[in-house]
Amino acid sequence: MAKTIKEINEKIKNGQVVVVTAEEIIDIVEEKGPKKAAEEVDVVTTGTFGPMCSSGIYFNIGHSKPKIKLGGGKCTLNDVPVYSGFAAVDLFLGATALPEDDPKNQIFPGEFKYGGGYVIHELVSGKDLRLQATAYGTNCYPRKRLETYINIKDLNEAILFNIRNCYQNYNCAVNLSDKVIYTYMGTLRPNLGNANYCSAGQLSPLLNDPYYKTIGIGTKIFLGGGIGYVSWWGTQHNPSVKRNELGIPVAPAGTLALIGDLKQMKPEWLMGTSFLGYGVSLIVGVGIPIPILDEEIVKYTAVRDKDIVTQIVDYSKDYPEGISNSLGQVNYQQLRSGKINIRGKDVPTGALSSYSKAKEIAEILKDWIKKGDFILTEPVAKLPGAESGYTFKSLKERHLNF
Amino acid sequence: MIFNNKRKDSDKRIVLHFPKRLVDQPIVYRLVKDYDVAFNILKAYVTPQEEGLMVIELIGDDEKCQKAKDFLRSCGVRIQPLSQDVRRNEAKCTDCGVCVPICPTGALVVDNFTKKVLFYENKCIACELCVKVCPTRAMEVRF
Repeated sequence: MAKTIKEINEKIKNGQVVVVTAEEIIDIVEEKGPKKAAEEVDVVTTGTFGPMCSSGIYFNIGHSKPKIKLGGGKCTLNDVPVYSGFAAVDLFLGATALPEDDPKNQIFPGEFKYGGGYVIHELVSGKDLRLQATAYGTNCYPRKRLETYINIKDLNEAILFNIRNCYQNYNCAVNLSDKVIYTYMGTLRPNLGNANYCSAGQLSPLLNDPYYKTIGIGTKIFLGGGIGYVSWWGTQHNPSVKRNELGIPVAPAGTLALIGDLKQMKPEWLMGTSFLGYGVSLIVGVGIPIPILDEEIVKYTAVRDKDIVTQIVDYSKDYPEGISNSLGQVNYQQLRSGKINIRGKDVPTGALSSYSKAKEIAEILKDWIKKGDFILTEPVAKLPGAESGYTFKSLKERHLNF
Repeated sequence: MIFNNKRKDSDKRIVLHFPKRLVDQPIVYRLVKDYDVAFNILKAYVTPQEEGLMVIELIGDDEKCQKAKDFLRSCGVRIQPLSQDVRRNEAKCTDCGVCVPICPTGALVVDNFTKKVLFYENKCIACELCVKVCPTRAMEVRF
């Protein structure tokens, strides 16, 4: 018997909704079978808490007196460059932006102690930030310099915009070379010294809805501790990759673009982060509810870590050179056991995405829905799916003619 | 905190702080020569014009190690148990676990049930490998 989102919302309003996390649904489906589970459970909550470099915020600081047009000028927040190529006082800050005087990788490996991700965290924490700007001046916006503190509570709008998040599966990274390497997948020790992975696995949103049957444009979500929405599919969305018999992609696949009001968000779910020798990023907490409309959907949400496999990729040569090559497949149960076997060697594993925090997010979202504070939305459009032919292309470089 | 003090005094993995005036004096060799205590140097820094720092593990029976430590103190060396060196800032740790395969002594492990990262200070040798690989800089060095 199929349910609709409208019917589930009625149950939320009446306080009769049954909500469980993507971890709890596993045993329920195993014990009761998918048919009964789909009848009894209305919503399954997912969660993820990992670094995502393609995160940023845009905000409007309000007009000064006299006015200044930051568009076309230069602007920094706590010495981190902010993009101002919009109208007068709209600004965009990306998670990986670095202060101009950061030594970066000149002294290798660079430490990257501060940057966009940290500025975003401090803004959300309610700290005053130092804004410094220069502009060229016009008749209508005569001012050429602006130096002031800004605080999130005084901004007109402050919005988190994640152009890519919730990667549906991700590589397991290793290093085959004889030197330590520093990557966005963490520090990788030589000769298969460690294997790092980054997915919430059985709790991860798109791994619980592998064919994007319920998650679409307009889906309401937990974002950074506040409310957000899926605004589009994410950049590098790649739904056409190979899938296993359960429909789970066996390599990085779908992605989501997310948007939400930064003013509602909490610093513990939006943390600045640094990768030695790589740069600054932002850890973003995301939770997505999956309405259990029928038996098929509940089966998808019952996915277990051992059902999800990914590829082991060498980050010393293959990844940087764009060579598509897998050293083997491994599932998330094996990855979470602490060691995996690669080419006959036991390799210790480390995660970049926090499973315990992902679980906490799924629990918070569950509570919100149970209390009636969070009503589900009907997606307004679908994401390009597995059969769409939509793929992720490499750059075709061409010679410049002068 | 009597319990704590007792534990500290029996520690064999210790951090030695040498004041500037002692940096140019041969002191630790006397642990072997006069006190019959062997040691394994886990780490050492000598900063000219500043202080010297050495992390050692004493190897020998308790009484001899105690006498060796008393001797070091009498020379003006400040002794601190090693477990105080690397600490975890609980507010910053996200329990991701990327530090776990980096730790050479198994002081950082994932709890199988909660999936949280446990930090066993007594196993930590303060190599500081975790300090730099921690994405949120939750592992902090305190001297």
